[in-house]
Amino acid sequence: MAWAKKVLRVNLTDGTISSEPLNMEWAADYIGQRGLATRYLVAETDPGCDALGPDNKMIMATGPLTGTAASTGGRYSVITKSPLTGAVACSNSGGFFGAELKAAGWDMIIFEGRSPNPVWLNIEDDRAELRSADGIWGKSVWEADAAIHKITGDPQTRVAAVGRSAESGCLYAAIINDLHRAAGRSGVGTVMASKNLKAVAVRGSLGVANIKDPKRFMETVAEQKVVLAENAVTGQGLPALGTQVLMNVINEIGALPTNNMQKTQFEGAHSISGEAMLEPRKSDGKPNLTTNAACFGCTIACGRISTIDPTHFSIQDKPQYQHNSGGLEYEAAWAMGADTGVDDLDAVTFANFVCNEDGMDPISFGATVAAAMELFEKGVITTEHTGGMALNFGSAEALTWCAEKVGTGDGFGKDLGLGSKKLCEKYGHPELSMTVKGQEFPAYDPRGIQGMGLTYATSNRGACHLRSYTVASEVLGIPEKTDPAVTEGKAGLVKAFQDATAAVDSMGLCVFTTFAWTLDNMAPQLDAACEGDWTVDRLLEAGERIWNLERDYNMKAGLTGADDNLPERLLKEASKAAPTEGQVCNLHEMLPEYYQLRGWTTDGQLTDEVRQKFSLPG
Amino acid sequence: MLRSLSIDPDKCTGCLQCEMACSLENEGIFNPARSRIKVFTFHEEGRFVPYTCTQCDEAWCMHACPVDAIKMNFQTGALEVNEKTCVGCKVCTIACPFGTINYNRVSGKVIKCDLCGGDPECAKACPTQAITYVDSDATGLEKMRAWAGKTDNAQHAAG
Repeated sequence: MAWAKKVLRVNLTDGTISSEPLNMEWAADYIGQRGLATRYLVAETDPGCDALGPDNKMIMATGPLTGTAASTGGRYSVITKSPLTGAVACSNSGGFFGAELKAAGWDMIIFEGRSPNPVWLNIEDDRAELRSADGIWGKSVWEADAAIHKITGDPQTRVAAVGRSAESGCLYAAIINDLHRAAGRSGVGTVMASKNLKAVAVRGSLGVANIKDPKRFMETVAEQKVVLAENAVTGQGLPALGTQVLMNVINEIGALPTNNMQKTQFEGAHSISGEAMLEPRKSDGKPNLTTNAACFGCTIACGRISTIDPTHFSIQDKPQYQHNSGGLEYEAAWAMGADTGVDDLDAVTFANFVCNEDGMDPISFGATVAAAMELFEKGVITTEHTGGMALNFGSAEALTWCAEKVGTGDGFGKDLGLGSKKLCEKYGHPELSMTVKGQEFPAYDPRGIQGMGLTYATSNRGACHLRSYTVASEVLGIPEKTDPAVTEGKAGLVKAFQDATAAVDSMGLCVFTTFAWTLDNMAPQLDAACEGDWTVDRLLEAGERIWNLERDYNMKAGLTGADDNLPERLLKEASKAAPTEGQVCNLHEMLPEYYQLRGWTTDGQLTDEVRQKFSLPG
Repeated sequence: MLRSLSIDPDKCTGCLQCEMACSLENEGIFNPARSRIKVFTFHEEGRFVPYTCTQCDEAWCMHACPVDAIKMNFQTGALEVNEKTCVGCKVCTIACPFGTINYNRVSGKVIKCDLCGGDPECAKACPTQAITYVDSDATGLEKMRAWAGKTDNAQHAAG
């Protein structure tokens, strides 16, 4: 059955903790993790609630394959209402925390209310208790992690925590687990801090039992591991270069957003690429990359473990950054590099370390700095606002300064912590914010990759690449090549990717497997592990149901079809880079067809037919 | 041919596939906490190291056991714990210099690597060949081959 069939409910307001059975009727329809937790959120909260108020709930959820030997089966998601977007937030993380939670015997934790005082939750198998966060509140994630390990005395304790950015109200604060893996987007860390919850520590020794057919499960897991190993992307590109394998690829096709998306190619792209991370530096002869690293159960191992050049200005007299830690992934390198025009690999790695240490989403952080830089170069933000720092594009000093300011919530860091949308509104230039539904873009320019325009516009959590990664098809030719410059066929492509990805997330697997796997490779694993018959068709149906449920939540939260839009810049200011010269994103050619394929009204509302088809709640 | 587990930490990515394969084989569940092989992460150094019993010939655990519960399986070379005889006194866990034999509070007995009866699951599950099962007399062969490859006799070969 693979589910632990148990939910841990933590009421932070009155400090009570209880255990309850997992709703298996919902699990049959929504699988687990992202889908199932959204079902709980919909049942238990008002979508119109204040995201940072006690009425919002925050759910940490594993999937049925989390904690099993299925490759990449170690993932959990944090589901809540986002303070950045006002839409549903669902942030997925790897590392080891999710599998440990499952091994402790829990499918999910539901946090409700708000603690009167800062606390952290300690879980050892079926025992859970809230403990005072005196001495831990006010510390960075790394310091909190060390302090909690000292208290539990167990090096195997897995910790998920928020940093000082979250405590100071940064709207894109992440939850960091295992020191450098992030439930990164949409401000889930901000919600956690708003509940006065500093950290969740978990130690599980019960394991994942009751696999439906262990022999068949291990056989299919072994077969599918071979598929990942033999695929050029998951078997070679990702282990060698990480997601950073994309930096030069996306730049070369003229789709690398640069300087707050004013341009679509970055002359310094190579300097911050995966290839550059392998080049020995002059000072100590070592490359930026020390090794690749896997999350729990993952046979791809795309993670980066890196050091910063010991002679680099950013880390002088800062011993916490003078050793290995989680290195650059593509989206982070893009946001804090290309989008800010910074081509200094060590400065970008430093900013990444700070994002891990103090729990910021590096995409939103970098893109917000990029917006601030454009405001600065246009003379709207001045050194009077920043306290002296010149925020010019390309300034490594400005980037590293901004990271530390947002990390600690000091001075101008408060403004930067608003995110691009509210920052640009505050300074009177909302048109300079490169966001959808209030969330910053990731690293693919929709003027060069049309399908990504529709992906961003319709994503249920605001601009996001992980909801339907059509880059796979439009750039890499997976599962089949489509032309990135054309809009024809993209509505269907986006819908198919959205539905499939919702199912992948909800099983507890990593979306990066989809460079090699389709649902055909995953369904047999889920079917061998879980009760019931799990086919590709059933997974697709569940994925579509989950997508509609998330959409329904957003509509009830006050969003409308008008929010399925892109900034004017991407619709009207043409790309000037040679490979994509003259192109804008033709969203209007895709969106009506997309609504039609979804069975929604022409203004993007769910219909009764769709509600009935998927048995959506009220 | 007697075979041994050979561990090359440089190839390890820290994925724990070995721990899950071990616990499934021995406990019937996925449970790294009950694995006989452990992967250690040295985060600040950027290193992962799998570690398990090396099956000593003159095993400290075997000699320390007061009830002779630990015996060598001469087919595989593994030191095996007889669960029926083991009384859970844990003296072996004190005697072992490497810490690779441990008490299991669920069974009340000690557990250690037994090479899965000659077909170790950890080696089969490892995606990077950081754990292999090779000729006991030649566990250094691949290291020797790597160093041999660095021997500078290219000119001879060319000539």
